[in-house]
Amino acid sequence: MDFILHYFERIGLFVLYIINELGSLIIYLWNCILSIFRYSVNFSNLFDQMSFIGIGSFYIVGLTGLFTGMVLSLQSYYAARIVGVTYMIGPTVALAMTRELGPVLTALMITARCGSSMASEIGTMKISEQVDALEVMAVDPFYFLSVPRIIASMIMLPLMSIVTSLIGIFGGYVVYKFFLGLNGTVFVDMIYKYIKLSDIYNGLIKAVFFGIILATISTFKGFEASGGSKGVGRVTTQAVVLSSIYILFADYILTSILF
Amino acid sequence: MIILENVNKSFKNVKVLNNLNISFEDKKITVVIGRSGEGKSVMLKHIVGLLRPDSGRVLFNDIDLNAINKKELNELRKKFGMVFQDGALFDSINIFENVAFPLRQHLKLSEGDIIKKVMSGLNDVGLSGIESKMPAELSGGMRKRVAVARAMILEPETVLFDEPTTGLDPIMSDVINNLIISTQKHFKYTGIIISHDIEGAYKTADTIAMLYEGAIIEKGDAEKFKTSDNPVVRQFVTGSMNGPIVI
Repeated sequence: MDFILHYFERIGLFVLYIINELGSLIIYLWNCILSIFRYSVNFSNLFDQMSFIGIGSFYIVGLTGLFTGMVLSLQSYYAARIVGVTYMIGPTVALAMTRELGPVLTALMITARCGSSMASEIGTMKISEQVDALEVMAVDPFYFLSVPRIIASMIMLPLMSIVTSLIGIFGGYVVYKFFLGLNGTVFVDMIYKYIKLSDIYNGLIKAVFFGIILATISTFKGFEASGGSKGVGRVTTQAVVLSSIYILFADYILTSILF
Repeated sequence: MIILENVNKSFKNVKVLNNLNISFEDKKITVVIGRSGEGKSVMLKHIVGLLRPDSGRVLFNDIDLNAINKKELNELRKKFGMVFQDGALFDSINIFENVAFPLRQHLKLSEGDIIKKVMSGLNDVGLSGIESKMPAELSGGMRKRVAVARAMILEPETVLFDEPTTGLDPIMSDVINNLIISTQKHFKYTGIIISHDIEGAYKTADTIAMLYEGAIIEKGDAEKFKTSDNPVVRQFVTGSMNGPIVI
């Protein structure tokens, strides 16, 4: 009996923890939004973050897109060949990249590269009293540290998602034409025929939300750091894991609303 | 004047400040001494509103820090400078930008004026020529002197020092103590230092207060502390392991 009670107690504590985290996260995001209106945006700081998230992530998201597109093309070929619709490989790759894989993979790769960096950087500042120093100097840490990162992610995620999708489609084209020896013109023509503008901009809307999610969670976790380097490591891991889960969850919700 | 009235603060059921009452005289240096873990840093963080008391009041020029909103608190904080224990310099920017940071945030100065002020500030702490270095390239003593320069750059009314000589060799400790005395004479700020460096306290303080078990148990000038009858104070200033303070 005690074992069962203990089991339910643990479930209850977990649910309370999730609700508490979600509530804290929403309050945190709200404080960040208020900071945007309370102070003028520091453009130098914003451009630094945009460069870090965008230009700095170009190669990693480019490679991710390239290999994903190539694999998609190859895998689609095995299935399409059976039913004789290899001409549909182009739209399959393009739809998968623009609607789904472009935004999601970009978000996950940028979470791994930049989200971890945001959490550890702010976490280190927190434990070395640099965040306290900001506050004592009458500088709102949310405004100074979080807002530029959240806005930069919001702007750069869709742009990087376009990069991932384009390079992915290019990768699919290369496999289609040069490795599988099929007609490249068909690949491109079918994309034009089947891809709608809404497929592209709905994918970009998703990317905007993913940018907000990853930067909000990563900076929020950074501020939760305590207890030295181990604490920074812990919040960094939590930032990456939580951001990834929330991105995948949001992906499902947004897909069911947008498409 | 800064006054802490009946301030109580606990962390996870551990009482750190226990009905703390203390006032800090304007334009004088008060050194609060006490053992590590007695709540000195917690007290300091209450003075700048980084922590809020569970009960009691923190007054700055009769303004209750708990009764004002965030914007008003930030306005008030512009009157404070703080030197953190390890300097708390921003490690991603160089020394020049660290010292210039409060100027860029709060004053609309030309780049030329900022350069002039930063150079003068660094010169005051004896650190000319290190502007382009990163904080990680400096020794502990140099970092603290840069932190002093940053804290002074807006010429605040009150400067708080969190264990300014901890971790420094005796000579560098003396350099920092002299720096505090000279800058206080120059800028006429109210200085609040928390420390367990007794010799440093005797040298820098107009008033010394001792924090023990979350409350002030003795307050007075250096002479009063040297001749105190309070066994806790005596044990602390003589640095003896035998006495009423349980280790």
